[in-house]
Amino acid sequence: MGRCIISTGSGAMADVTIIGAGVAGLWAAWALNKAGMRVRLIDRNGAPGPHGCSWWAGGMLAPFCEGAVAEAPVVAHGASAAAAWAEVTDVTYRGSLVVALERDKGELARFARRTSGHEWVRDGLAALEPDLNIPQQALFFPSEAHLDPRAALGDLVAALRAHGVQIETGHATPDDVSGPVIDARGMASTVPGLRGVRGEMVVLRAPDIALGRPVRLLHPRHPLYIVPRAKGVYMLGATQIESADRRGISARATLELLSAAYALDPRFAEAEVLETGTDLRPAFADNVPRVVRQGRVLHLNGLFRHGYLMAPALAQQAADFLTKGIKGDLFHED
Amino acid sequence: MRDFYGVVLDSPLMLGTAQYPSPAILEAAFRASGASVATVSLRRESGQGQAFWDIIRGLGVHVLPNTAGCHSAREAITTARMAREVFETNWIKLEVIGHADTLQPDPFGLLDAAETLAAEGFEVFPYMTEDQVLAQRLVDAGCKVLMPWGAPIGSGLGLNNRYGLKTLRAAFPDIPMVIDAGLGLPSHAAAAMELGFDAVLLNTAVAQAGDPVAMARAFGMAASAGALACTADPMEPRDMAAPSTPLIGKAWL
Repeated sequence: MGRCIISTGSGAMADVTIIGAGVAGLWAAWALNKAGMRVRLIDRNGAPGPHGCSWWAGGMLAPFCEGAVAEAPVVAHGASAAAAWAEVTDVTYRGSLVVALERDKGELARFARRTSGHEWVRDGLAALEPDLNIPQQALFFPSEAHLDPRAALGDLVAALRAHGVQIETGHATPDDVSGPVIDARGMASTVPGLRGVRGEMVVLRAPDIALGRPVRLLHPRHPLYIVPRAKGVYMLGATQIESADRRGISARATLELLSAAYALDPRFAEAEVLETGTDLRPAFADNVPRVVRQGRVLHLNGLFRHGYLMAPALAQQAADFLTKGIKGDLFHED
Repeated sequence: MRDFYGVVLDSPLMLGTAQYPSPAILEAAFRASGASVATVSLRRESGQGQAFWDIIRGLGVHVLPNTAGCHSAREAITTARMAREVFETNWIKLEVIGHADTLQPDPFGLLDAAETLAAEGFEVFPYMTEDQVLAQRLVDAGCKVLMPWGAPIGSGLGLNNRYGLKTLRAAFPDIPMVIDAGLGLPSHAAAAMELGFDAVLLNTAVAQAGDPVAMARAFGMAASAGALACTADPMEPRDMAAPSTPLIGKAWL
């Protein structure tokens, strides 16, 4: 076999080897290091980048909005995600807005019935988001937050380095290393029951538009969210297709995402398309992340569309198990 | 009981498989409803949908692939041929969309595609309007099942043209018919079955409900209740009140 196996030298002293340096693996390293364990972190592609699905995330820390369809653990654990991230990176606490076009305002009422932590905004919308061209009404989730996912990954890598944890570049599977292993390889993992859910996104630069917080547009056919990043950059997301197809964004998805953005603010038509992206969200059947124990291997996987929202809690449960034997609500035995 | 290309269904409920919060909820909804058929879109979950299709197969119900999202006969025919390979069934729910906003079927494209596919051995379930002339043409083209709409897809309006549907049912007493699309409430499903239709097919009303599993169960019960009522020869509505208890011989106080 011509496979490059990682050397065993540098990690010989580690208590746990973590394979995969996406949002799950990085958080596992952070939580275990904090718990006093010596960790070794390996990724076949090195530091986070376009090769991992964490790179393509929106970066919304919006547990209440997600609660419209997500299971209870996502809302419960997601509520502490912003505080966890704030330890290592910049988190913007401005809440999030949910809007609908006049024709679809029934969708807004339904969303309100299915979520908590929100207030109706009518007259105050102009003060909150002066640039938003939806005059009617909106749902405001004041306690929600967002971050720039790529900056956050970089900050987490830097924080780990400051604590003596480096990312080793090398190909490894749990069989290649001895001792306790955390497998956080996402879709590359062989953990049973995992499937890929395709997501497509677009990044635009629209310096004329000033949105201060993530905006979700409810639409019966083309739901959309827009997350503001620094310097007039906006992330538009995201499709959710039951397919493991990793090819580039489809023309249909591009049309739908851009049309929805245009409906929200016609000035998006003048935006510069910086980037499009496609990747797979690893998910279990209930779309809730899991810590799955298989002998000496702990799988951290299935973060679905909740990578940034759920990685801190998932990592904490892995750390609690490895250090104290505590099995949290996300823990499964295979 | 009318059969669908030789298949007698255990339950008159057919459910779509899109838009559920998760596959786990989809599966629970199917179990709770007792649905006998799962429709699945080949086009939307295009390519590499193996994991999801395995979940659908694991439901243990009949799989009815559809050509959802196709806007021309040619596109629908291609999709149908791919679906036959992937799902190893001759069943195809033939959908040729004629209007982007209302998603109403294109009767002309539908007939074209139905003729071609029936000649190729497909067992076509054509998604159609309640038009009687179209129904006859589809039957002539080889369709042994008809699927008239209740209302536009995803609208939840129920039976939009009760008269038209009743007439259609009466005109083709031997053709199994499924009311497809537009159902929003279990009462709509019951009403369709009471009119003598053989099954109902829906997706959004269950998948997008706050509790899809409970709603699926409610639809299953309603469809069965309507079917039972239909066999029980329902009374005709009448203008004059008719007391169910005779008054003669009662004491007048």
